[in-house]
Amino acid sequence: MSTTPDRDEVTGIQTTGHDWDGITELDQPLPRWWLIIFYLTIIGSVLFWVWYPSWPVWMDGEWTFTRGLAGKTARDDVAAEMAQRAAAREADLARLEKADLGTIRRDPELLRLALANGASAFGDNCAPCHGSGAEGGPGFPNLNDDDWLWGGRLSDIEQTITHGIRWEADPETRLGAMPAHLRDGLLGRADVADVVQFVLSLSGRARDAEAAARGALVFEASCAACHGLDAKGQTFVGAPNLSDDIWLYGGREEDIFESVANGRAGVMPAWGGRLDAATIKSLTLYVHGLGGGVEEEPAAAGE
Amino acid sequence: MAGFSHKTIEKNSILLLVLVLVVVSIGGIVEIIPLFWIKSTIEKVEGIRPYTPLELAGRNIYIREGCYNCHSQMIRSLRSDVERYGHYSLAAESLYDHPFQWGSKRTGPDLARVGGKYSDEWHRLHMADPRAVVPESVMPGYPFLAETELDTRTIALVMQANARVGVPYSEEMIANALADLKAQATPDADASGLLARYGDKVPVRDFDGDPKHVTELDALIAYLQVLGTFVDFDLYDPKRDDNDR
Repeated sequence: MSTTPDRDEVTGIQTTGHDWDGITELDQPLPRWWLIIFYLTIIGSVLFWVWYPSWPVWMDGEWTFTRGLAGKTARDDVAAEMAQRAAAREADLARLEKADLGTIRRDPELLRLALANGASAFGDNCAPCHGSGAEGGPGFPNLNDDDWLWGGRLSDIEQTITHGIRWEADPETRLGAMPAHLRDGLLGRADVADVVQFVLSLSGRARDAEAAARGALVFEASCAACHGLDAKGQTFVGAPNLSDDIWLYGGREEDIFESVANGRAGVMPAWGGRLDAATIKSLTLYVHGLGGGVEEEPAAAGE
Repeated sequence: MAGFSHKTIEKNSILLLVLVLVVVSIGGIVEIIPLFWIKSTIEKVEGIRPYTPLELAGRNIYIREGCYNCHSQMIRSLRSDVERYGHYSLAAESLYDHPFQWGSKRTGPDLARVGGKYSDEWHRLHMADPRAVVPESVMPGYPFLAETELDTRTIALVMQANARVGVPYSEEMIANALADLKAQATPDADASGLLARYGDKVPVRDFDGDPKHVTELDALIAYLQVLGTFVDFDLYDPKRDDNDR
């Protein structure tokens, strides 16, 4: 490698003197426009140092940092943006928060607000389990129908959303237990098989009428306390209606056997600590309005 | 500068390397080292605790399976992040994370505050087959976690290693690692020791729906269910002198 600078014969430009197997390099200056931008970025970096918090400094006996002329940080920025957003929605949310559910429902403007707010909160928080169309799935109830585990009145729905179901961190959470009848020895295998036939018979699908008849007795003794003698369920213990052919955990014989034998205990988180009161009310109205909302009883209607 | 030429540096690769290292390290020295002494680097918040042995084992599975390749645990201080995921992450929240799970690659959602957002049952279904609960998900399934017994042989050593880099695991905690791990995943077990060591708020239950075995899924769900649940942000004042940054 020769290092003697030389003039290139074709272009007449000085070479750098680097020579690799006869290949040499023209000593071209950097393009002016490039250089100018390069120097501008250096100046820009100095402006950034001054404008934003940047340099660590030793001050008053401890390490701290320059706060910057802008006097704010990215954290201040987001706090300001969130405050701005809150301010824009404050009046609306405050109206939702103050009004009770019945009032919101009767006021078309408030209801429109609540439903819009509810739909957006549902997508963020509820859709992962209940589905983006609230259609539910195995283990997660469909919220569009009028089949309610824990009640479909506005007050019931609000209670469920706020405190959750079997959510142990919330002392007011909804509790109800479907025991593991076979696993825990409450019923023998034959009894479980019989009662499954009985439950199937409620939706006209029993395979074995005799077993279903025997199962009726088992049902009366072991199941009716929660599911009711008519098997229509009781919302205060979250016991589902077994006569409507709507199945949270599947309605095949083996699904029902599994439910009776090993119990079920679906969990819903409590949202009281995560969402504000106005959002919970909005969600309540949204879910109530999906199609299956139940009216308040007359005595409670005005509350 | 008489006698000095850039050529001297360019033609001496060792010298060039040394000088490059010197220049690059200036930035690090000036910008990083003082952070160890600036008091607001790690905010002062209540509630941060070391992971329990079960959660720590779950964290190791999280890392082993490469969850961080698609999920960050860092809510940025941007409105879009804060609206979707909640309060922006604090350095203090990763205090006992070695290594931390920050990141900017989000094929899946951020998980910094996923704890308590879904039920255990949801996590079980989702891990076995993500599309069973989220039809539009592109996450692979991890059905084997529910079938794989958790390897607990190394958990005490993992805690010891964490203790060496500053996680306040006491000798008592390390000595009881295995007992605490099993107690947390077993309903009706005596968890009083676990709660005494790690606090009353530690969730104790059968996470994976299989009370007879402590599986990898138990550990992973236990870990996911505490993410972002330690700090009560009602008590956090970002403008307080030792939090301000």
